[in-house]
Amino acid sequence: MIWNKEAECMSAEEKEDLQLKRLQEVVKRAYENVDYYKKRFDEVKVLPEDIKTLDDIKKLPFTTKTDLRDAYPFGMFAVPSDDIIEVHTTSGTTGKPTVSGYTQKDINIWSEVMARSLTMAGGGKKDLIQNCYGYGLFTGGMGVHYGAQKIGATVIPISAGNTQRQIEIMEDFGSTIITCTPSYALYLAEVLQKQGITSEKINLKAGVFGAEMWTEEMREEIEKRLNLSALNIYGLTEIIGPGVAQECLEKNGLHIFDDHFYPEIVDPKTLKRLPDGEQGELVLTTLTREGMPVIRFRTRDITVLRKGRCDCGRTLVKMDRITGRSDDMLKVRGVIVFPSQIERALLKIEGLDPHYQIIVTRPHQLDELEVQVEASDILFSDEVKHVEEVKNNIEDYIQAEIGLRVNVSLVEPQSLPRSEGKAVRVIDKRKL
Amino acid sequence: MKLKQISIFLENRKGRLWKALHILGQAKINIRALSIADTSEFGILRMIVPDPENAKKILEESNFVVKINDVIAVGVPDEPGGLDGILGVLNEADINVEYLYAFAEKQMEKAIVVLRTEDIDAGLKALEGAGVTVLSPEEVYSL
Repeated sequence: MIWNKEAECMSAEEKEDLQLKRLQEVVKRAYENVDYYKKRFDEVKVLPEDIKTLDDIKKLPFTTKTDLRDAYPFGMFAVPSDDIIEVHTTSGTTGKPTVSGYTQKDINIWSEVMARSLTMAGGGKKDLIQNCYGYGLFTGGMGVHYGAQKIGATVIPISAGNTQRQIEIMEDFGSTIITCTPSYALYLAEVLQKQGITSEKINLKAGVFGAEMWTEEMREEIEKRLNLSALNIYGLTEIIGPGVAQECLEKNGLHIFDDHFYPEIVDPKTLKRLPDGEQGELVLTTLTREGMPVIRFRTRDITVLRKGRCDCGRTLVKMDRITGRSDDMLKVRGVIVFPSQIERALLKIEGLDPHYQIIVTRPHQLDELEVQVEASDILFSDEVKHVEEVKNNIEDYIQAEIGLRVNVSLVEPQSLPRSEGKAVRVIDKRKL
Repeated sequence: MKLKQISIFLENRKGRLWKALHILGQAKINIRALSIADTSEFGILRMIVPDPENAKKILEESNFVVKINDVIAVGVPDEPGGLDGILGVLNEADINVEYLYAFAEKQMEKAIVVLRTEDIDAGLKALEGAGVTVLSPEEVYSL
């Protein structure tokens, strides 16, 4: 099913016309109503009238997280505060949060893109959507909620946490779609297994997983254990929240709702635009938002854009799953390492739960990478040589993935922190 | 006759051995024999207890990783050269010993040797064939 055929299956020419028209409008709105944009555009001597083609977007300056933070709390709003009907913020784990303000029209857009996302995951009127994203200032909960209501599904606003309750509701209500972080989905699978609840006893057909990075291998694991289609959703509070992009059942990339969010890929070092098909940092411009237009926002997320018609019928541009972040990419002995690579390696080992933590130290002027993995029945044996063999195997897999020898240490089960939100995967103890 | 041994994964961290033994003590499980294999990064605690399945369950409740596997228990004369004969039998039969641990039992004037050969069945056959006293689980537990 396609929620909005006209928007989602548009021809390339129609799309570009619409994008240009909307880009010109949003740039004008931003310039005229937000001091920050006026100042930045003036600095580079660009006026809204200079945007004559889509390609002209490259004349505009980038907006970073720091820029948004500096405008805390309401400095980026482009409408009088009377017209803002809802606010959300980022978690603020790296400093002051950034605030996102929504007009009624923005909420309508958010509901629309989330309706498209949930429909893409096979959702409809008959579905029971167990929404385990946190409700509150975090955008996850409300975003899914608006979309679920728009498609007429039954939304279960259970929010994050309280795993026992989640399982009880899932079983008793027969939830058909679950929305949460992929690491929480795995945790749920683990608890279900522990309690002897098989996947036949639950009625889930799809999971809409996002808010953190994950891998193909993790998808396979979740699908196997929960017997559902595990789909990727992407979004950012700065842009709107969840619903910037969503994976269809073809499972080979996320469709960006590019009639509302204009994507570009740039080289994170040189900030030069890269052609489709090349990997780089995703930059997004909101084409339709009123409350808080965001121009050329550097997401720090690393991906690739791919154009063309998908087998599902949509023409929305696709992005690959996020493979890393330009800011939490680790550099170990000069080699770029993403936590997702370690995860991919771990998932190659049959029966290994991908609960891990990466610890980076620099004991003698040389970076050391330790990967802590929880021991399990499968890894353990009464013989030292067997356990060491398993440890070596894991080290080999990681080396094949990242090109560096790391030290794998086995830790006791359940000793690594579990999270109900974003998992903390990397502890960098180097004083850089 | 084969004997069940439990093995417990120990992270190389202060207090982990104590924790495992404390749990067994609290559950009134009497340890008949024990050995620890230690590497620089982890340890394996191996034990003979009367009800291995129950001990496994109790330890797993506290998140320990526990395995049960077969070993062989033999009685050897508690005198110089006692172990020599047993290992001679296995060597003769070309059977590789993974590890062993022994404890002396004063009342019986015998030492009990817990053996793990690469191939348990072959080890058992060779020992029994050579007339070595292989102990039954009951005999070991009742010591």
